Amino acid sequence: MTNRERRNLRNGLLFISPWLAGFAAFTAYPLGASLYYSLCDYSVLKPPVFVGGANYQELLLDPVFWKSLSNTLYFAVFFLPLATVLAIALALLLNTGVRGMTVYRTVFFLPSLTPLVALGILWMWMLNGEYGVVNYVLNLVLNPLGFQAPIWLQSTAWSKPAIVLMSLWGVGYAVVIYLAGLQDIPRQLYEAAELDGARWFAKLRHITLPLLSPAIFFNVVMGLIGALQVFALPYVLTDGTGGPARSTLFYAMHLYNAAFRYLRMGYACAMAWLLFLIILALTLLVYRVSRKRVHYAG
Amino acid sequence: MGEYRNRPRLQGRGGIPSLRRARPFRFGAACLVLASVWFLSGCNVIIPQPRDDYVDGRLQITYWEKWTGFEGEAIRRVVDRFNAKQDRIRVNLVTMSQIDRKALVAIAGGDPPDLVGLWSAGLSQFAEKRALMPLEPFMEKAGMPRDAFLDVFLEQNTYRGTLYGLPTTPASTALHYNKRLFREAGLDPDRPPRTLAELDAMAAKLTRYDAQGRLVQVGFTPSEPGWWHWSWGYWFGGALWDGERVTFDTPENLAAWEWLQGYPAKYGAEELRRFQSGIAGQFASPQNAFFTERVAMIVQGVWMASFIDTYAPGLEWGAAPFPSAAPGLDNVAMVECDSICIPAGARHPDEAFEFIRYLCSQEGLELLNMGHKKFTPLREVSPEFLANHPNPYIELFIELAKSPNAFYAPLMSTWYEYNDEITPAFDRVMFGQASPRSAVTQVQERVSGMWERTRTSIERRERAEKEAAP
Repeated sequence: MTNRERRNLRNGLLFISPWLAGFAAFTAYPLGASLYYSLCDYSVLKPPVFVGGANYQELLLDPVFWKSLSNTLYFAVFFLPLATVLAIALALLLNTGVRGMTVYRTVFFLPSLTPLVALGILWMWMLNGEYGVVNYVLNLVLNPLGFQAPIWLQSTAWSKPAIVLMSLWGVGYAVVIYLAGLQDIPRQLYEAAELDGARWFAKLRHITLPLLSPAIFFNVVMGLIGALQVFALPYVLTDGTGGPARSTLFYAMHLYNAAFRYLRMGYACAMAWLLFLIILALTLLVYRVSRKRVHYAG
Repeated sequence: MGEYRNRPRLQGRGGIPSLRRARPFRFGAACLVLASVWFLSGCNVIIPQPRDDYVDGRLQITYWEKWTGFEGEAIRRVVDRFNAKQDRIRVNLVTMSQIDRKALVAIAGGDPPDLVGLWSAGLSQFAEKRALMPLEPFMEKAGMPRDAFLDVFLEQNTYRGTLYGLPTTPASTALHYNKRLFREAGLDPDRPPRTLAELDAMAAKLTRYDAQGRLVQVGFTPSEPGWWHWSWGYWFGGALWDGERVTFDTPENLAAWEWLQGYPAKYGAEELRRFQSGIAGQFASPQNAFFTERVAMIVQGVWMASFIDTYAPGLEWGAAPFPSAAPGLDNVAMVECDSICIPAGARHPDEAFEFIRYLCSQEGLELLNMGHKKFTPLREVSPEFLANHPNPYIELFIELAKSPNAFYAPLMSTWYEYNDEITPAFDRVMFGQASPRSAVTQVQERVSGMWERTRTSIERRERAEKEAAP
């Protein structure tokens, strides 16, 4: 390294030092500490005592851990495809160039700006089994057929679908990204396809979706990570209990309860690291599967 | 990328301008570093700063409390009066949501408030970790007698023989019933049920269905308000904990859970759930099922009267001890309290106790609890307090708190985990998804395992502490 390079390096490091200090203090250190605590019996109020893999061993034998994991996977499996299809469909509709489009775009984005707590309370009323507006409408259709609308959040079978439904309310962010992706697709490709006699579906299948694939990929990965960490909405709706009968006890809620309600920080850290590994593995899987299917233009 | 590659470079070979030649850059870098150090030290990360403890010659102490609304105003009045009474200490009252979690972080971080208001049910958890200061030495020094307080409330603030908090706002629960619905059903509105069998029979008379066979009014359901699923065994003579062992699967508790299951069995599990889904989660609102007369009898606490005044002022109601299942088992009631504690590591414990001494005097507690519309945890009550109290049944609630059959959540450091096992078990029984026996057995197994684990953990920690301090 020449003198000049060394100096440049030093000055460069000096310039990014505020970020480095922040990263070290608020990310790297907590990350390392949580890994260490995951191997400890640690109650926050007392110094940690090293216990080796005991937390991980206990986790794997804990039926509530598995319940929270399966609830979370259930949520991800239903939420992610639904959110993706819905967001793309909305983006396609909002990209048609009808008059007043900016108004529609704003309207579909608005729910994303609503605080989750307000959203939760509002939906709790809308999904009220007896007096909710959703069931009022559903029962108009279902009752003549001899069926009853479900009681949603009070039912072990329907509480998770209810939370999926509420979460779909917030697809606005994904829609914005898809819209940007759609507007990046060169017009001439569609014109060329039209000259060859392509119809709407053929254009969608052979032009829009392939060229939108980087945006889809991005949204799927982000959505997957978000879905596996679902927390605020069910926490507000059930006051942290994950009721009824633990049907909405999601992984992040169980983790939070372990850390701050049961004061079992070591156990919670072990859960956090397992979740990290699960998310890592699933994300790598998505990368692998999508390698041949994502087309980057240019 | 091609475009960028062909762009003319900014400066000959180097690309980036040399810093030696450009002094302003170095100056800028230094500024940034200084600014970040200044920012971090402001956050007390790098340079701990001494704080101003004295303002105008008075020591400032901090008191975190959870109450808001009319309850917050009541403690504000007590604090104001204390601050006006003397000129040595100034209590700075700070209202906190999720106070137990924030206290936890503050105590662990070594910067706790001088006083904190906790819930008695969460106190054991803090006490077991020695996060609170024992209060007896302070009381002795101040000449404050223990027996001024009702035993049941001191017990709840005691963990393994040591007192860690003093009760501030106590509560007991009782049966609340709707007198108008009693009359309508042909029952005597001044004759509430005296045995559990009577309650069941009256509940049946108070239950109504519409033409389609759907529940529109229920006499009683254990799921409303659904706050104390753990408590039912006590009306059968059971208990959750004997000081050593988890006792959830005793015959008394099993009998209680069989009784619970009677309700979904009578009303139909599906139908009861549908009914419940319409009334869930609306306590402090005019839609509360008791206020809208959809549920005729409920268990509620001493605070209920003021909610009735606010949300259903015309309601004709009465209160009585919730009846028990076993003959001779009278005045069974759940009692609990909020507690005031001094966190371990508080910087001014003596001054903090000075405030506790005022707060827990008859004057302080009557001022506070008149505001909270509760009773006081003291044996002595002034006649004016009783005469002016807005709750017409206040003496009943005091009597229940004094009852030998009053009970409270077990003083276990793992109580929250225990309770969080009971709640889903209750749901499964009410939904007809588990039999009482299997639910009770499962809770017993899970919680016993939990307790074993906790004991191991306590022993391990004590061993580690011994090794660390030879």
